[in-house]
Amino acid sequence: MCLAVPGRVVEVEYPFAVVDFKGARRKVRIDLLDDVKEGDYVLVHVGFAIQKVEKSEAEEIENFLEQLAFKA
Amino acid sequence: MSESRGRRVEKGTGDVKAGDVSDVKEWGKKIARMIREEVEGEDEIRIMHLCGTHEDTITRYGIRSLLPENVKLLSGPGCPVCITPDSDLQMVFHLLENRDVILTTFGDMARVPYMGKTLFSFRGERDVRIVYSIFDALEIAKKEGKDVVHFGIGFETTMPSTALAVLDDVENFYVFSSHRYFIPAMDYLLSLGEARIDAFINPGHVSTIVGVKAYEEITEKYRVPQVIAGFEPNDVLLAVLMLVKAVKKLRAGEETELLMNEYTRAVTYEGNVRAQKVMDEVFGRDDWEWRGLGLVPSSGAPISEKYSEHDAFKVFEDVFEDFTPEEDPRKRACRCGEVLRGLVTPRDCPLFMKSCTPRDPVGPCMVSFEGTCSIWAKYGEYSF
Repeated sequence: MCLAVPGRVVEVEYPFAVVDFKGARRKVRIDLLDDVKEGDYVLVHVGFAIQKVEKSEAEEIENFLEQLAFKA
Repeated sequence: MSESRGRRVEKGTGDVKAGDVSDVKEWGKKIARMIREEVEGEDEIRIMHLCGTHEDTITRYGIRSLLPENVKLLSGPGCPVCITPDSDLQMVFHLLENRDVILTTFGDMARVPYMGKTLFSFRGERDVRIVYSIFDALEIAKKEGKDVVHFGIGFETTMPSTALAVLDDVENFYVFSSHRYFIPAMDYLLSLGEARIDAFINPGHVSTIVGVKAYEEITEKYRVPQVIAGFEPNDVLLAVLMLVKAVKKLRAGEETELLMNEYTRAVTYEGNVRAQKVMDEVFGRDDWEWRGLGLVPSSGAPISEKYSEHDAFKVFEDVFEDFTPEEDPRKRACRCGEVLRGLVTPRDCPLFMKSCTPRDPVGPCMVSFEGTCSIWAKYGEYSF
């Protein structure tokens, strides 16, 4: 429920953005954040970007979530 | 990867240096060893985490088995579906039975049984739809023109999304708010004193929104150590290490830092201020019931008066006039409430993996993927 998944912003159309989650793209709302740009990494929770994160940090979280999803 | 692990360890404890262990597993073992050394001869230290995703990490990686006997990891009320009381669900059922609306909610909530029925079981006679985001519910309202009621659950992580949806001011869109503020529940649990909580591992993504600052009131009132932690096994182990150090110092009457942030990659001191503002704009505060905890002061998040035209409680007021909450007799033996208070483990429940299983759950702790019972069932934490 409170899990947030990191993804990369590929296209901004305020208040929305298309975010790439390792290949899967989804439209999310970005108006809870200031100044979201293409190429930014964001944490997304229930279709809303709630925080910007650094690329390395996004990758770390991604790797961990992958383990959760595929190595159960 | 090891470099950033090292960086965080250094930040957390001050005495583990970056780069001296290269492998993540080795890091975990090293932190576990440090915890064991730290608590040798110490009285029991009871640490409560407050998030289903933390419970998942702890159970999946067997973190409890890495810890010494005198460090206990308890799971708390960190699962929004689990803490939503039956009376809320009963009200939504009542609304569906009396009004022809489209009801939207998140997947887990639709599987919670009440009196042998679930929101899923209404499908066929009523229009119940599972959405990934409240935004999908808004789209349904815009496209179909029929009244849409979104059954909104969740803590501060989810509340800003509901607030934005309300602010979009779509005429035929209403929210049945079952949202609850998280920190009043921590306060309440500490005031009860029954679980003897020495320290908290605070939830990572709630904190993304509320920021470190939101926990200062708990620090001031109870002087209980807290660490905001990420969700990897080493995040949790590191949080435990930071907490046992702090608890030891407190017990010895020494100065110690009480409020710490291990999840610096996503949580700041201020949190997401814009999200806090929209939440404050749209929600009020009230004393609301939680499953397992009873009435928690200032924990409820009703839609405020200003936006009452989108508040399902107000708009469908007449439906609720003859509403009386009723206890579900099927749940009498279910100990979900005590699991949420950290008083018992799923194994202490007579129904666990007998009449209550992930396939046929009795209580919400077995329904939600964030529920402790469901997590213990998933990873086989019941073969004893």
